[in-house]
Amino acid sequence: MRDLTHTAPPPGGEEEQGLGTPPAATLAADAPHPRLRLSHLEVLESEAVHIIRESVAQFERPALLFSGGKDSMVMLHVALKAFWPAPLPFGLLHVDTGHNFPEVLAFRDHVVAEHGLRLTVAHVEAYLADGRLTERPDGTRNPLQTVPLLDAVAKGGLDALFGGGRRDEEKARAKERVFSLRDDFGAWDPRRQRPELWGLYNGRHRPGEHLRVFPLSNWTELDVWQYIAEERVELPSIYYAHEREVFRRGGMWLTAGAWGGPRKGEQAQRRTVRYRTVGDMSCTGAVESTATTAQEVITEIAGSRVTERGAGRADDQLSEAAMEDRKREGYF
Amino acid sequence: MARPPLTGPSAPTGPGGRAVPATLLRLATAGSVDDGKSTLVGRLLHDCQAVLADQLAAVARASRERGLAAADLALLTDGLRAEREQGITIDVAYRYFATPRRRFILADTPGHVQYTRNMVTGASTADLAVVLVDARGRVREQTRRHLAVAALLRVPRLVLAVNKMDLVGYAEPVFAAVALECAAYAADLGVTDVLAVPVSALHGDNVVHPSASMDWYSGPTLLEHLESVEVDEDPQALPARFPVQYVLRASESGPDAGYRGYAGRLAGGVLRRGDQVAVLPSGRTSTVVGIDRLGRRDVDHAVTDQSVTLRLADDLDVGRGDLIAPVSATPRVGREFTATVCHLDARPLRPGQRVLLRQQTAVVRAVVRSLDARLDLAALATAPAPDALEANDLGQITVVTAEPVVFDAYRDNRRTGAFLLVDPADGATLTAGMVGALRAAARPSPVPGESRVPAPGARAGG
Repeated sequence: MRDLTHTAPPPGGEEEQGLGTPPAATLAADAPHPRLRLSHLEVLESEAVHIIRESVAQFERPALLFSGGKDSMVMLHVALKAFWPAPLPFGLLHVDTGHNFPEVLAFRDHVVAEHGLRLTVAHVEAYLADGRLTERPDGTRNPLQTVPLLDAVAKGGLDALFGGGRRDEEKARAKERVFSLRDDFGAWDPRRQRPELWGLYNGRHRPGEHLRVFPLSNWTELDVWQYIAEERVELPSIYYAHEREVFRRGGMWLTAGAWGGPRKGEQAQRRTVRYRTVGDMSCTGAVESTATTAQEVITEIAGSRVTERGAGRADDQLSEAAMEDRKREGYF
Repeated sequence: MARPPLTGPSAPTGPGGRAVPATLLRLATAGSVDDGKSTLVGRLLHDCQAVLADQLAAVARASRERGLAAADLALLTDGLRAEREQGITIDVAYRYFATPRRRFILADTPGHVQYTRNMVTGASTADLAVVLVDARGRVREQTRRHLAVAALLRVPRLVLAVNKMDLVGYAEPVFAAVALECAAYAADLGVTDVLAVPVSALHGDNVVHPSASMDWYSGPTLLEHLESVEVDEDPQALPARFPVQYVLRASESGPDAGYRGYAGRLAGGVLRRGDQVAVLPSGRTSTVVGIDRLGRRDVDHAVTDQSVTLRLADDLDVGRGDLIAPVSATPRVGREFTATVCHLDARPLRPGQRVLLRQQTAVVRAVVRSLDARLDLAALATAPAPDALEANDLGQITVVTAEPVVFDAYRDNRRTGAFLLVDPADGATLTAGMVGALRAAARPSPVPGESRVPAPGARAGG
């Protein structure tokens, strides 16, 4: 194939000091024939490892946003593998809305203890208690996470945050970079994004700016579950089918509880459900399911006709641009 | 703290150990709004059932609000508020769909504003490019640009989707004329392997399902081709390239005490235990005594794209930015080279500009010694010695670095031959570069004899 880049001699200046012959096929004819073709999951895992290692090399103080949810568990699993057998060279950060599922918080602490990790927790309720934040009329606390998150970034001197965001989740995320530059206010400007080419990630930034890093950008929900199944990644129990007291609101099954439901006219009932995403109890809906293993979840998702955010996140259904608006404000 | 191996017993070779694992194909689409690209991408996603009920409902709702009779599949891919309001696409977006045989990562690159920059971005990692052309028009300047960018970026496979066949009565001669014209232009660029497919994205003909209206076409549908096209180069055809990302040292105590390994992702070839390697740019040599793959000790080889950790026999001074390669096939090491570039930033690139050069894991200070040429994509001709390269300009420059860098020609390795120029002050990514001169254009310059782009065999800027 001819093309626009020239053929010979190799480029280079006066000081070129090539050590050997020009690149050429060099493997012996009797070389073994190992399995040289990688599966899509192997490629995605290696890509995520590469991104995490790039971040640790380029940033002074990165941290991993860790809720104990499935995407953050997959990220942690990949990160532990990336640095094995050395310890994880960064800590974890969780913004607790006070509406988190108790099962998930217990699981989070269990994982932290098991692997000897450092966890910092920023509490939305501490901000509500002293008036720095006020409760929203709809009771949803996900949008309230932004301020405690940015404070934790400033206080910890963090210059990069790993997030489990995937581009298949939502239309605004489909356009976000792997290394996503944020200004002093944590805000995302889609028009100021840096082009990312050839897997070269540019983390250079000015003081006060930080980066959000999304190692799982190219994974889909199905990839995440296949990885969980094949790597036996442990998850909070609520990702699998269980009986629970729930009630119907906005087309979703919400958990009855102290955070504010059910209201008058909403009927609590016991159902066999599981969660596809895990966030704030006030806006994370369960789906009816009998899937009790990762493999059964894969079968269920493969046949599903609704996205995980469509099925389970009221905060994304607020408007056509809900996620974009929250990203601009510094939310993930 | 000692760590147990993390790989579970069910996956002795890491993830993906099923009998017939699905492979990954990265593709880029190029075409203007007028060519119906968003509709084509929407159709591909829709007919592959990658679009789920809630997304479809949102599109139907948005279409109704705009007073459209039917759901506009283009709305599936317009992600940002400004795009929906203005009916344009701002930036590269990534889409995901799958068939039982393959997973697809589609870089959806917009056609009009800053199209060259966006297409260069999408094409940089693509195994295959789909260039969209409107069956009603002759091949327009923009199609020629898209084909030229795909050729420059060395995207291994090209597909020409001749769209809107429904508007030309599904007529075979119309398709044949457009396909022929594109093939001729592609041949000028040195690309001879182009598959042309007649499609109607609006009605779905030959996108996923074969068309009932074009029985004269016996080739594959677009998706059939994407599913079956061979894109995996034999990794053994390239010499191994291992850019060192990070040095891993285990804790002082425990079973892994004293562990020292070099973490990185193979940017080419195959590495095996026992390989004689050189560490560049220093040139010191050693032997690979161990390859560890993400929690698994002592695997016997690593291939392109795999993230692994290497252990060497000798205690050399190896760090981030070094490149490990077989002694028998080392890359070049130098402080000056000629490169083909696409300028990305709104601020122009000028001769003498001081920049940072990011290439694989190395970052070095550099100066743009000269701007050698600017390429007119439409005419495939070069203008010599421009004063500046503006955003979306393609050209040739000569770069001098403060320290030696390790590189291959881009034509030999798309990873180790690629680099970015970065603004040292604000960190902005300014320019994308490929090591190697712009080849003298296949067509003569507008002003014969004035081109200063060297012919093949000449050395530029030195």
